[in-house]
Amino acid sequence: MNIVVAIKHIPSIADDLPVKGNNIDFDSVDFVLNEFDEQSIEQAVLVKEAVGGTVTVVGVDLIGELDSVLHFALAKGADKAVKITADEPGADSHMQAKWLAETIKGMSADIVFTGVQASNDLDGQIGPMIAAYLDIPYIGGVNSVEVADHTAVVNKEFAGGFGAKYAVSLPMVIGVQAASKPPRYAPISKVRQVAQTATIEKVTPSGEVSAGLSFKKMAPPVMTGHAEMIGGSSKEVAAKIVGLLKSKGLA
Amino acid sequence: MSNDVFVITDHLDGKFSDISFEMVGKAKELASAFSGQTVAVVVGSGMSANVFASDVTLQIDDPNLTQFNPEAYGNVIEALVKDKSPRLVMFGWTATGMDLAAWLSVRLGKPCIAYGRDLCIENNALVVTSQVYGGKMIADVVPEGDMAIVACLAGSFPAEAGQGSTVATTIISPISLDGLKTKFVEAIKPAGGDVDITAQQKLVSIGRGIGSKDNVELAEELAQKLGATVSSSRPVVDAGWLPRTRQVGKSGLKVKPKLYLMLGISGAPEHLEGMKSAELIIAINTDKKAPIFNVAHYGATADLFEVAEAMLELL
Repeated sequence: MNIVVAIKHIPSIADDLPVKGNNIDFDSVDFVLNEFDEQSIEQAVLVKEAVGGTVTVVGVDLIGELDSVLHFALAKGADKAVKITADEPGADSHMQAKWLAETIKGMSADIVFTGVQASNDLDGQIGPMIAAYLDIPYIGGVNSVEVADHTAVVNKEFAGGFGAKYAVSLPMVIGVQAASKPPRYAPISKVRQVAQTATIEKVTPSGEVSAGLSFKKMAPPVMTGHAEMIGGSSKEVAAKIVGLLKSKGLA
Repeated sequence: MSNDVFVITDHLDGKFSDISFEMVGKAKELASAFSGQTVAVVVGSGMSANVFASDVTLQIDDPNLTQFNPEAYGNVIEALVKDKSPRLVMFGWTATGMDLAAWLSVRLGKPCIAYGRDLCIENNALVVTSQVYGGKMIADVVPEGDMAIVACLAGSFPAEAGQGSTVATTIISPISLDGLKTKFVEAIKPAGGDVDITAQQKLVSIGRGIGSKDNVELAEELAQKLGATVSSSRPVVDAGWLPRTRQVGKSGLKVKPKLYLMLGISGAPEHLEGMKSAELIIAINTDKKAPIFNVAHYGATADLFEVAEAMLELL
C-alpha cells in the first residue's frame, strides 16, 4: 500500500497575526503544522500498520523551515519525507494543492491523506483540490479508515453525532477530521535522532495556478460585543465568577 | 453566463439544515442586486423541497442521491453548474459543503472562498468576508471572473428570509451516475448511552487549554459542585480525553444551556456554531485576544487551573 500524506505548514494562531498591506505579514509569523495534519499522519501510520506499505509525507516548504515538521512525521512512523521547495510564504491552497498534486502524480499513491481543513484555507482545503487535480474521489470529515482488497472503508462525520460509512475503490484522497486513535507521542529524543539521520527529498514546484482572489482587507474582527472582563488575581476572578453565578441562581 | 445565484442546499437525515434557509435568504438579496434569480438546488431523493423562498427550486432526484455521496453529488452539481453558468454558487461550510466547494473550484477553474461569513456588492463587485485563522482574522476578498463559489459558515444570516413555499421542479440527473467509485454503505446514528449535553442547563466546557487527560478530573469536580456536566471542544475529543458525545460545535452538538462556563477554549468559528446561543457564557483563557472574548458575556484572562481550584474552595 502506497500511502501519501499531504501536509500544510501554516501561520500559528497562538500569537498575534501581524498584517502587511491587505494580507498577513508572512515574514513575521511563526509557521506550525496544521493541527488536523497530526491526525492525518496518525491515520496514515495506522493504515500502514494494519495492511503494510510505506507512508510518504509531502509538504510545500514555504519558508525553508519544513524539515522540523517532516522529522516530526518521520518520528511518528512515516517512512519517507518530501519537500516542495517553493519559498513563497503566502502560497494559497490552490497553489499548494497544484504543486502537491503534480508531485503526488509520480508516486502511484493508493491513498492520499490530508487534514480535513486548515485555519488559513481561505480559498478552500487542499484535500478536495488534490482529488480534483488527480481526478480521484475525495471524502472529508473522516474519523476512521480500514483498507482491504484495494477498497477503503471510511466513516465520515456529519453534525450532531450523525455519520456515514462509505466504501471507496482506491485510489482516493481522504480528509481526516480525527484519526481512529489519538495521535501517538513522539519523544523529542526520537525526533532529534531522526533529524540526524533522515534524508528529505527535494522537489521543485511544478505548475501554475491562481486562486483568483484579490484581497481588499485583512484585519482582526471588529468587536461588535466584548465580554465584560473580570480582572484581578485568579482567586479574585474565581470569587467574582462564583458571586455572579450565585446572583443568577446558577450556583 | 447568467446572473443567477445558486444555493446548494444542505440536508441531514432528511431535514434541511438551517444554513440552507440562511443562504437562500442571502441569495435573494444578491440575486436582486445582480438582476438574476435565486435558485435553490436540492440534490437528494424523496426530500420535501417546497420549503424555500427561492425564485426557482431545482430538485435532482435520483436513487443514487438518497444519501450524501461526495462523488455523486459533486458530479451532479458540476454538470448543473456548467450547464447553467450562475454568477455565484453558495455551499454551506458543513460536512457536505466542505467536500464539494473546493473540489468544484478546481474542476471549473473558478475561485472559491471558504469560511464565508458575509457577501455584499460594492461598486458592482462581489465582496466576500471570510473568517480565517480560527476566527482571529477577517478577510475581505473579491473573486475575479464571472463565477464564484462561496462556502458559508452556519449562523451567518437570518434563516427566516429563506423560508417559503416555492414549488420545486424535479429534474433527472444531468449526468450518468453509473460506475461510481464511492459507495454509501450505511448511516451512523448518534451514539447513545452517555449523558445528553443538549439537555443540560449548565455545562463546564473544556478546550485544548486543559492540557492533558488527567486534568479533566478538575473540570469534572467543578462541574459536580455546580450541578453541571462537562462538555468540550473538538481537540479534547480528538485527543481521546472525553467521548465524542461531549463535543460541542459544528461536528458535535449544538447546545443552549443557561450557563456555559468555558475553560481554555479559544472560540474558533466551528465551536461558536454550537454554543453561541447559551444564556450566560463565561470564558477563561490565557490569550487575551482569543476570539471567544467577542462572544462571551464575561471573560477573564487567567490560568484556568488556578481559577477552577479557587472556585472549588468557594462552592
